Amino acid sequence: MIANDSLSKVLYIDLTRKKFEIKDRSDLFEKYLGGTGVATQLLLEECPEGIDPFHPDAPIIFAVGPLTGVFPLASKTCAMFKSPHTGDLGESHAGGRSAIAIRMAGYGAIVIKGASEMPLYLSIHGGKVIFKNATTIWGMKDGSIPARVMRQNEKGEGLRAIFRIGTAGENLITYSNVTTETYRHFGRLGLGAVFGSKKLKGMVILGKKAIEVNDKKGYRNLYDKIYKAATESPVMKKYHDVGTAINIKALNFIKALPVKNLQFSSSDSLEPLTGEAIAEKHLARRVACAHCPVACIHLAFLREPYDDDPYFYKTSPVCYDFELIYSLGTMVGINDPTNMLKLIDIVEQVGVDAMSMGVILAWMTEMYERKMITLDDLDGVEIKWGDSDAYIELVKKIVKPSTDFIKACSRGVDYASGQYGGHEFAMQFGKNEMAGYHTGPSGYLGFLLGARHSHLDNGGYSIDQKDLVKIDLTPQQVVDKLFEEEGIRQILSSVAVCFFARGIYDLKMVSDAIKLLGFDLSENQLTEIGKQIHLNKYKFKMREGFLFEKLNIPERIYETKDPTGKITKKFISEGIDYAKSMIN
Amino acid sequence: MKLSVKDVMRCVGCQSCMFACSRRSGNAGLSNTCIGIKSTGGISRGFSVIVCRSCENPPCAAVCPTGALVAKEGGGVRLNSAKCIGCGLCKDACIIEAVFWNEEQNKPVICVQCGYCVDYCPYEVLELKKDVKGVTNDSE
Repeated sequence: MIANDSLSKVLYIDLTRKKFEIKDRSDLFEKYLGGTGVATQLLLEECPEGIDPFHPDAPIIFAVGPLTGVFPLASKTCAMFKSPHTGDLGESHAGGRSAIAIRMAGYGAIVIKGASEMPLYLSIHGGKVIFKNATTIWGMKDGSIPARVMRQNEKGEGLRAIFRIGTAGENLITYSNVTTETYRHFGRLGLGAVFGSKKLKGMVILGKKAIEVNDKKGYRNLYDKIYKAATESPVMKKYHDVGTAINIKALNFIKALPVKNLQFSSSDSLEPLTGEAIAEKHLARRVACAHCPVACIHLAFLREPYDDDPYFYKTSPVCYDFELIYSLGTMVGINDPTNMLKLIDIVEQVGVDAMSMGVILAWMTEMYERKMITLDDLDGVEIKWGDSDAYIELVKKIVKPSTDFIKACSRGVDYASGQYGGHEFAMQFGKNEMAGYHTGPSGYLGFLLGARHSHLDNGGYSIDQKDLVKIDLTPQQVVDKLFEEEGIRQILSSVAVCFFARGIYDLKMVSDAIKLLGFDLSENQLTEIGKQIHLNKYKFKMREGFLFEKLNIPERIYETKDPTGKITKKFISEGIDYAKSMIN
Repeated sequence: MKLSVKDVMRCVGCQSCMFACSRRSGNAGLSNTCIGIKSTGGISRGFSVIVCRSCENPPCAAVCPTGALVAKEGGGVRLNSAKCIGCGLCKDACIIEAVFWNEEQNKPVICVQCGYCVDYCPYEVLELKKDVKGVTNDSE
């Protein structure tokens, strides 16, 4: 890397002692580029083996990459931590201004350890960290208000990122998230709860640095090539226009869309929830992450009348995409977009992962329908499919649990079903609640074997749709493809570009781009680094007790029709056995 | 030619223009940008697009104690960096905050109305307009 690139600077923050220091870690960045690659190493270094994820010594790590602030769509920050939700690798990615702000503030990574005795937020700029008392904004029920307070108290409009948790994170709900720029999230696996355990309410970071490149003309030329692809290429069109919500119609058509806790894989009454229909009736504005011309963030305006006062309305901007329409729409049987937007709004306010919450609400509904729990267990909230008012009440109760059953639900569907039964329809994989893809066995093997049990680890659903619907592949062939893809994605999230840009940033493009930042690595070398990062993640998982043998698979996936017709116990177990032989 | 904001409501806040402006100097990052995009109180409310309006009697030049900022005929200012002492009076004098600051060099960054940013706005928020004497442009 270029000698004076501030990417190699790692900011270490100690919340217990209210101290910070900056160290040069070019050793890590030279070897693992940045983002996921460097964050994994920092996690292995900083996280004591077997530690409680809420222990003060458990670290929170943020990392950006060499391409951040240099090329378009390099707009993601990688967060790493020990997950309080699964007990192993915690990793989530978010955009907004987070990545640009960290890089422009002069850091490649941030490590936060310790715990404060009082609520704090951090103000990071000008080479300093200021520890600010956040007592007054702790416990506010709508998470957007503390963000507004930080916005009003801090400088750097247009250049800063504002991270914050909601009441879910404060109350250590294991699937609470960290929100940045109101609509982007470090969503999965409970980073918000780790913030909460440290009494860390939020963080404001900003800067305005220059980043040197070693060939100014070459830089402009390559920039123009990538920018053109980002703004004109058909590979970005889907994110740009209707957005990922376009998948609702497509997956419903091929019978791959989980409906009512995956009792069904399609529905005849979903037309109002399609991306096209929501765009036509509710889309109000499209916005972008910093340094991304695509603008894939879709905001609807929700207009709600007050019952007690005519001509008096509450109007709230609500962000939606495919995953939210699935989890807080189809999965819980809501077909009315206004009701779905209301449910999304409360989930945003309390600050929990939308996918986990939707899957848990769906499981609770089925448990009640099957009379496996009582109305008392639900603290008097009668639930049935599609009842958004009941779901809104339950979200509020889950964040401040009032019964043992609801408390169990605040720890995820794997834990709750372990206590109350119903595991066969508890839709989790590796203890992480499923994403909206009932596409076939590759999708499920992808969830099970991905290092963070996320659909984005390896895009297994894509193998189902491109290959398995047409041809036969063995489980071993599927796993080989999953591992190959996960290796490539380690490079993307290390340099660190958005996965939506994977059609633009192939390894050749990455190799050319990082060369301008002083990294001379061929496509083959990048492939090897990607494989190594993937294995390093598994090293952490194994160290923290992950076992392939302990993967619990809900029977429901074998019962509900899918597009391939190939989801069998034999296929899945052979895939897992083969993966185990590859990793060990 | 003058840089102008054609339709601020189309701005998605991607800041591609800010990166383009800084990239003119040859490097990446944002240190040299003299265009500013910020939300108008949360991104759901839209964005402010701050560009130099190249005033005919520029307040920034009027307060410069060393003659580093000189008013140009027809509007706008030219910076003679060697004369600039980095006092920041020009920055304070611009009430739309269109005098930007290079923190690393402690000097102002002044828009030269080149229009490079216009080509990197995918939503046609910006445009480069021909000067019409006596008519100010309508940038925010």
